[in-house]
Amino acid sequence: MQQQINREPALASKPRNRLANSQALAPYLFVLPFIISFLLFFAYPLINAIIMSFQSVLPGEVTFVGLDNYRELWNTDFADALYNSSRYTLFTLVLLIPVPLLLAVMLNSKKMPFSNFFRSTLFIPALTSVVVAGVVFRMIFGELDGALMNSFLHLFGISSQRWLYSSELSMFALLVLASWRWIGINILYFLSALQNIPSDLYEAADIDGAGTRTKFMRITVPLLKPITVYVLTISIYGGYAMFTESYMLWAGKPSPQNIGLTIVGYIYQQGFQYFNLGFGSAIGITLLGITLVVSMLQLILTGMFKKEE
Amino acid sequence: METAPRKKFTASSLLLLVLFTILAVLMLFPLYALFLASLKPASELFRYGLNVRLDFDLMSLDNYRSIFAGKGEAGHYFQWYSNSVIITVLFTVLSLLLSSMVGYGLGMYRFKGRSLIFTLVLVVMMIPVEIILLPLYKLTVSLKLINSVWGIILPFMVAPLPIFFFRQFALGLPKDFMDAGRIDGCTEIGIFFRIMVPLMAPAYGAITILQAMNSWNNFLWPLIVLRTTDKFTLPIGLASFVTPLGSNYEALISGAVLAILPILVLFLFFQRYFIEGLTVGGVKG
Repeated sequence: MQQQINREPALASKPRNRLANSQALAPYLFVLPFIISFLLFFAYPLINAIIMSFQSVLPGEVTFVGLDNYRELWNTDFADALYNSSRYTLFTLVLLIPVPLLLAVMLNSKKMPFSNFFRSTLFIPALTSVVVAGVVFRMIFGELDGALMNSFLHLFGISSQRWLYSSELSMFALLVLASWRWIGINILYFLSALQNIPSDLYEAADIDGAGTRTKFMRITVPLLKPITVYVLTISIYGGYAMFTESYMLWAGKPSPQNIGLTIVGYIYQQGFQYFNLGFGSAIGITLLGITLVVSMLQLILTGMFKKEE
Repeated sequence: METAPRKKFTASSLLLLVLFTILAVLMLFPLYALFLASLKPASELFRYGLNVRLDFDLMSLDNYRSIFAGKGEAGHYFQWYSNSVIITVLFTVLSLLLSSMVGYGLGMYRFKGRSLIFTLVLVVMMIPVEIILLPLYKLTVSLKLINSVWGIILPFMVAPLPIFFFRQFALGLPKDFMDAGRIDGCTEIGIFFRIMVPLMAPAYGAITILQAMNSWNNFLWPLIVLRTTDKFTLPIGLASFVTPLGSNYEALISGAVLAILPILVLFLFFQRYFIEGLTVGGVKG
């Protein structure tokens, strides 16, 4: 580093633009957009959110209220939102990590015909906006007898359901929607990691007489750990940040008995429908706490697995 | 080793083929159902719900005509379309340019504060932006960016995921090219644009899809920033057709079909880069 800087003036015969030419300054110039954006649009609002969460913010009137906003969180709406978001997150993790992993392994197998075609096709749902997906799934899970899910149930002699009026059934609808949009994306993540596993590992295992299952458990799964941790992280994030899906399923109105209320939905309701900015920020900061705790837990757990290996 | 699997090939291949065909049909089914519904009158939907009955006597392009005629609520549809196009193009171009610069800076140079900045990128990536929604909204108001294109674009233009992606990609770029450029008297910025940008083409391909998709489909932030109907983007406009009082199904369904098209075309164009790029730059942990 030091040497390079010293060598620089000798090589650059014409020091026209010293600033842009300086190797010491150049990296800072490159990362400058992030620093500005981070300070202005992330750090500043985050600090502001913490401050606001201790305030009562009404138009033209800001008062310090201490922990009042946090005390107010002790209510059934927030409990419902927390329960729904946590349940949704947990189910998406259980569904959207093992299934795409298995499918990716199959797609990556040499025996798989038209592999490229299928990975593109399975990705197509991810291209649609949640708004469009919400419109379609709202109709698929419609309560009329002719609606798709209900006519499917009729095949098995089950009567029509009012999907969006029960906590369990609507959670099922949300999970179907999530699986539809996310399976293809997660498959691509796992595929990209699978293709980085050196094939001689499998060849060596073949020589040792390892079966398909042993190879999967002993080679594939451990080597996919970094990507699995990554997918786990973004799934936790996505699960707790879910809003649009339930907003669309219930057409922008409150769901019956809060069955579709999520934490972000609660922030949106308090902040932009009731203009309760202080309380809304307290919900946000609580969500921050939850995501931090969950991420920490996840890092500790996955780190422990590492030690065992 | 090469002789035995020959026979197994066909049987398990067939099984995989059947499994994935079923899966692909299931995945495309909702889109097919939507397309079919867009060809049928709304009364059919109200009576039976979304179904897959093929009734050619009922089917027509009337729903699409109602959008193009721009009657009533559908009158803004193509304005929303052009708003979405403008925002998506601006957002994608700026985000690609800036994120690749940052990612390249982090991946190619060793400098003081490098690991701190990279850690901050990861922090931004891991904390849901929804947490700072309210103060970000207040900031947007005080910057007078409410109800504007820039209000939507600026806060999320320098995105952590593309930065991370470009950084991973830049780690694999040949450092010798940098020195070669320097000897030829190229500036650092010049090296980036003339030598490195072309080398990062696969990464640009992958991120183009990703960012265009995110921008085209973005809902929550535009819902907050945009105030007047003429400024709406497509998702916000479409969602405004769905109201508790009843929905404008003709415009909603045909509008939804037309809203998927551009991003689908873009994907079909870039899919090779997308899949390749994800693989090359892929998250290696």
